[in-house]
Amino acid sequence: MAGDITPELFAHLVELAAFELPEEQAEYLRAELNRQLESIRELEAIRLEQDIPITSHGVPYLPAISSSPQEDIVRPFPHPERIMAQSPQSEEGYFVVPDIPHTDLS
Amino acid sequence: MTATSDPCDLTAHEILHRLRQGSLTAEQVVQSVLERIRQVEGRRPTAAPYSPTPAELADDRRRVHAYLHLQGEKALERAAEIDRAFQQGEEPGPLAGVPLAVKDIFCVEGTPSTAGSRMLAQFISPYTATSVARLERAGAIVLGKVNLDEYTFGSSNESSAFLPPVGNPWDPRRVPGGSSGASAAAVAAGEAVISLGTDTAGSIRQPAAFCGVVGLKPTYGRVSRFGLIAFACSLDCVGPVTRDVTDAAMMLGAMAGPDPYDATAAQVPVEDYRGYLDRGVRGLRIGLSPDYFRLRFPDPKSGRIQEQEIGGEIAAAVRHAAQVLAQEGAEIIEPVPMPNTRYGVPTYFVISRVEAASNLHRYDGVKYGHRTPQAVKDLREMYRKTRGEAFGLQVKLRILMGMYVSAAQYEKHYYQKALRVRTLIRRDFEQAFSPDGEFRLDALLAPTTPTTAFELGAVYGDSVLMQYADLLTVPADHAGVPALSIPAGLDAARLPIGVQLIAPDFREGLLFQVGRTYERATQHETWRRDRPSLLEDLPRDP
Repeated sequence: MAGDITPELFAHLVELAAFELPEEQAEYLRAELNRQLESIRELEAIRLEQDIPITSHGVPYLPAISSSPQEDIVRPFPHPERIMAQSPQSEEGYFVVPDIPHTDLS
Repeated sequence: MTATSDPCDLTAHEILHRLRQGSLTAEQVVQSVLERIRQVEGRRPTAAPYSPTPAELADDRRRVHAYLHLQGEKALERAAEIDRAFQQGEEPGPLAGVPLAVKDIFCVEGTPSTAGSRMLAQFISPYTATSVARLERAGAIVLGKVNLDEYTFGSSNESSAFLPPVGNPWDPRRVPGGSSGASAAAVAAGEAVISLGTDTAGSIRQPAAFCGVVGLKPTYGRVSRFGLIAFACSLDCVGPVTRDVTDAAMMLGAMAGPDPYDATAAQVPVEDYRGYLDRGVRGLRIGLSPDYFRLRFPDPKSGRIQEQEIGGEIAAAVRHAAQVLAQEGAEIIEPVPMPNTRYGVPTYFVISRVEAASNLHRYDGVKYGHRTPQAVKDLREMYRKTRGEAFGLQVKLRILMGMYVSAAQYEKHYYQKALRVRTLIRRDFEQAFSPDGEFRLDALLAPTTPTTAFELGAVYGDSVLMQYADLLTVPADHAGVPALSIPAGLDAARLPIGVQLIAPDFREGLLFQVGRTYERATQHETWRRDRPSLLEDLPRDP
């Protein structure tokens, strides 16, 4: 059973979520997370029988209504330049990114 | 001519009738909508910091602010093509000449597709969503893209990065609902005739109820999600927002069906939905459940769960609808237990956040969208600054909760449990609809929302209370079943009340059948003559 989201746990979640947060946002977000957990805890009171399965989406995808697997067919997008044009930084058809952190093992 | 007999205030089927008759042109329809937009829209929402002067604020609270992107010229060109087709005796499609506002969560080629977020403020989509492409193929004219809660995360439209916030045409000091709030507001105000929305917890039905229009959440998998900017993939449904049930049937018919680009679009034939409209309800079994009249939500101050009956005017509207349907020959069955309705929101807090966190990891400042202009030392710092700058608070909140409840040490306790509670919610509906069960319902009748439209700023910021606005809509999303919200009266403040009908999987036709019967039977009720307050203030032709 998990406890409240402490400042330490919150900092860990922020790291996982890859955000940089101003202090006033952090305070609001942590408070709201803990309030939402109060609501989520309603689920704890539910006694579930062992054989209750999960539902990953409401409508059961029986074979009769499911799409059959499709053959992989390569169809080049007619305007790749429109895709590349959306990139914040690109060069000669490549996305350009800052240095990727790495550890030299040699 | 009064403001409410302008072409922009007609239903899609009436417009089509007049276009085929030759008594109206598509160009006149689009011109009429553009004129209405000029009258009621106000200044265009932008992603710049919103700090209005008192005078600006006063003016903003008298306008709709629905459109993020408007393409009037393009719409007029398309209208001219459709008029030429009609003149040449061609049939340009079942929605030919009908102006459509697209919620800005759909990709439409060559248009800004922002999701209401700074992250995508500059994004121009290189392709078009299947649902939009099908509506365009049916002749609908895309007028532009309309506002929404950021990435659809909200029930009031206030979380959009693009402000001023959308105003409810019945009282622009109030929210239009969300997240398809601008879709519903645009249709209610005559700024579009039909709109395309999405429903993940109630995002079509709740704003439809708040704005006095019709909204359908189809069965999960009925309409392709290809080209929809994803929030929660196991819940997201694409559906129509319209003026009446007939238009919703026409719109669904034009866009439903399998799609090779979306494996979850079910291989279920698309029915002739219009064929259901005049069937009546004689012999149908319509259920009422006490669990949809009893609200359980946390007290905003203490956080303790409290229980209260739904407001008297909303309850009365549902009871009246039941009575009307009974007079039309339906059998009303009650009480139908739906005991897991109360767990809809807590379950949603878990499932939707896990899926949202997963879907939003793609925004990394590399392939598209915002990238921080600040100097960074490496890729990770670029991610953190980019996402910190461009995501709004409600988005960050959802991602953080998703990270928490899916973390290895808590996943079984929260995520797995929520998925199993979802099974219980689904079973409530299966038991109610089972042909061999005790109730054997054709449809369930319920209030759409716990309240009518609330004031701008009254709830925003309280992420818990805001989520509970979806208390009565979210169970159908968990279960995947279709649900239709229709206008069913006004409260004492002249704000629309919505009721919803919920049916078994892929029985949208039956929802249209019941909804249309109710519409027809109540067409002479006095509230149907009322129009949004914004339209009453418009200049009228002598």
